[in-house]
Amino acid sequence: MAMITGVLRRPTGYAGVWGWVTTVDHKRIGVLYGVSAFVFLLVGGIEALLLRLQLASPNGTVLSAEAYNQLMTMHGTTMIFLVVMPLSAAFFNVVIPLMIGARDVAFPRLNALSYWVFLFGALLLHMSFLVGGPPDAGWFGYANLTERPFSGSGVDFWVLGLQVLGISSMAAAFNFLVTIINMRAPGMTLMRMPLFVWMTLVTSFLLVTAFPVLTVGMLLLLFDRLFGTHFYAPVAGADPILWQHFFWLFGHPEVYILILPAMGIVSEVLPTFARKPLFGYNVVVYSGIVIGFLGWMVWSHHMFTVGLGPVANAIFASTTMLIAIPTGVKIFNWIATLWGGALQMKASLYFALGFIAMFIIGGLSGVMHASVPVDTQQQDTYFVVAHFHYVLFGGSIFGLFAGIYYWFPKITGRLLHEGLGKLQFWLMLIGFNLTFGPMHFLGVAGMPRRIYTYGAESGWGFWNAVETVGAFIIAVSLLAFLANFFRSLRQGEEAGSDPWDGRTLEWSIPSPPPHYNFATIPTVHSRDAWWEEKQRRRAAPAAVAGASNGGAQPSQEEAGHGIHMPSPSYWPLVVAFGVALLAGGLLVNPLLAKVAVAMAGGLIAVIGIFGWSLEPAAASPTHGQ
Amino acid sequence: MQQAGALGHSAEAEHTSTGLNHRKLLMWAFLASDCLFFGSLIATYLVNRGRSLVGPYPHEVFSIPLTSYSAFLLLMSSLTMVLALAAVQRGNAKWGRVWLLATALLGIHFLANQGYEFNQFAHEGLTPRTNLFGASFFTLTGFHGAHVTLGVFWLTSIVVISLFRPHTISPKNSLNVEIAGLYWHFVDIVWIAIFTLVYLLQPAPPVGG
Repeated sequence: MAMITGVLRRPTGYAGVWGWVTTVDHKRIGVLYGVSAFVFLLVGGIEALLLRLQLASPNGTVLSAEAYNQLMTMHGTTMIFLVVMPLSAAFFNVVIPLMIGARDVAFPRLNALSYWVFLFGALLLHMSFLVGGPPDAGWFGYANLTERPFSGSGVDFWVLGLQVLGISSMAAAFNFLVTIINMRAPGMTLMRMPLFVWMTLVTSFLLVTAFPVLTVGMLLLLFDRLFGTHFYAPVAGADPILWQHFFWLFGHPEVYILILPAMGIVSEVLPTFARKPLFGYNVVVYSGIVIGFLGWMVWSHHMFTVGLGPVANAIFASTTMLIAIPTGVKIFNWIATLWGGALQMKASLYFALGFIAMFIIGGLSGVMHASVPVDTQQQDTYFVVAHFHYVLFGGSIFGLFAGIYYWFPKITGRLLHEGLGKLQFWLMLIGFNLTFGPMHFLGVAGMPRRIYTYGAESGWGFWNAVETVGAFIIAVSLLAFLANFFRSLRQGEEAGSDPWDGRTLEWSIPSPPPHYNFATIPTVHSRDAWWEEKQRRRAAPAAVAGASNGGAQPSQEEAGHGIHMPSPSYWPLVVAFGVALLAGGLLVNPLLAKVAVAMAGGLIAVIGIFGWSLEPAAASPTHGQ
Repeated sequence: MQQAGALGHSAEAEHTSTGLNHRKLLMWAFLASDCLFFGSLIATYLVNRGRSLVGPYPHEVFSIPLTSYSAFLLLMSSLTMVLALAAVQRGNAKWGRVWLLATALLGIHFLANQGYEFNQFAHEGLTPRTNLFGASFFTLTGFHGAHVTLGVFWLTSIVVISLFRPHTISPKNSLNVEIAGLYWHFVDIVWIAIFTLVYLLQPAPPVGG
């Protein structure tokens, strides 16, 4: 193909900052996601500490009511959209192509775009701290509290930031859908896929179907705020409950978007360290699919006190109770996987066990909410706060840390320190339960959520003080992780290609993997492909090694030459910047400037898309690197 | 034109687990997602139907003959889209370009009608700010119009780029046209839903209005 000169030339090279900025390598994008998400975990964590300081004693004076509302909104939004989702995306990126025996994702540049759009969206959201104050309407921003008369420009940043983040999540989900469906190594049928791949597939389906609903809900809100429509204004005859339906139609699938990746991680970690195959693989897969399906049919259980009537409440109570069945099935399968296993008590397994225990508590309080009369008592109390922190922190975050300890050696080539890891686990488990356990008691005692202070006569002071102590113990546990992380990057024990004696294909290649992943695309003959391969090699070392294309052959390095990988590209960055500028432009205030900036952003995005489609497939006729 | 050479290449399609091309699968997934997008907008319109406190109301402003004509234009554009893809797959780039441009022109005609319709409504006092009907109607049909606009740009881009790089619409690369076609037909189908639910199935005029 003829070389195109000038601006369309693709960048070359993997070195330096520019190499990271223009990278389309799924492993590097995964690292970018992970590091960014961890920074936001610290931001959201500091917000949480401020909230806990304010509530530590009655009549606290650390934060004003306004600042409390702002930090509470940003804490929820940050932890969900900027921490748990991108941390999951980090694992999708790093692990999925390796697990299915692929050299990259289906659309490497789209993958880079997802990351940059995520980063710019997150920055846009946080710019509200500098201009006019952050949003203050809570993470689910109920209408009509979010309308012009009741809230400031922070809500504009919130809506536009989430729209931009939505583009990122959807682009990533499309990418992983196609990657998983289309790029599996020969022989890897759907029912031979590792559980984490399955859960990523279900999560991606949920993302591409749930996010458009939120997009529409927020577009209508944006039109109300910017253009003076009245979608959520009762004064014009509108029903603000429409927002609640939109939000929770998205919001409940979102809950499973947050927990299913962690469930997938745990389903990888447990069998590896129990030295047993996953108990009831098929049933665990089906349960994950059923959870994804039922996740769409339970949204109104967030709205039991709205007054939808007994029929609607009864239906949604039933579907909510139903969803406990596949979830319970999974928990029993995990426990059965451990049963009789030769448990290797690594830090990763600690976190996976923590996940199971904490998620059971959060799951049980969830089933309590399924009962309408009980939920009516608990609505808007700290009992609800306890419940969703047990599933999202005790569940998702513990599961994600299990994944960090499990795959860190694959990404970096070095092991995280086990002792520090276990210290972090115990600190986190104790801190977590001290923080969120007493919220059950306070909730039942009647303490409402989202209040910035309370009087001494309420009797809530003691448990609130305990919770604040717990929150700081969690902070210490994160510091322990940071110490472990930086120490292990430099002087961690060399991991080798397969430190855990793993089962899945990512352990068949060197750590860190070469940029082309697999010198020879492996052929899969069974579930737990790498484990079976190792068994066969042990049985007949000479005969099998040549015939099976199983992966980590000593000849890997030589074989790597001549593999054609996509070249880096700067167009994803250009498009992402254009999209963010377009969204940000709508926040600029004189009308003329608003139009000018937004149109400039749109133009940059369009130019980026054309540059993207027209740039040559490789940097030069000789293969890139 | 270049059939012999191009057909030789078509055998070396990239290997995928399903046999379906990545980009085509991506487009199907996107369309599934877009169903939810339009589904939400249509639901908004239906929920707000009959809730407007002040006029103008739908029966006072809709012109069914004009909208029927617009619907006819879009349906015909699906026909020309099919003809474009067929021509490209046969290797007839010239007729491929003709039918692509015809599709884009039908789309532009549809958009012009929509512009005229919006303008008429504004003259009769209906803007997005007037009432819930105006807000829901302009948002729903406006986003559909935006989809058509994007499609027109896409089809035009294919034609323009093919003038400089003829291989982009060779039979081997007919997927470039096929995927744009998938999008175009989808936007067409959405209009059928909007035409039926918004224009044809109107509620009885409000009691107070």
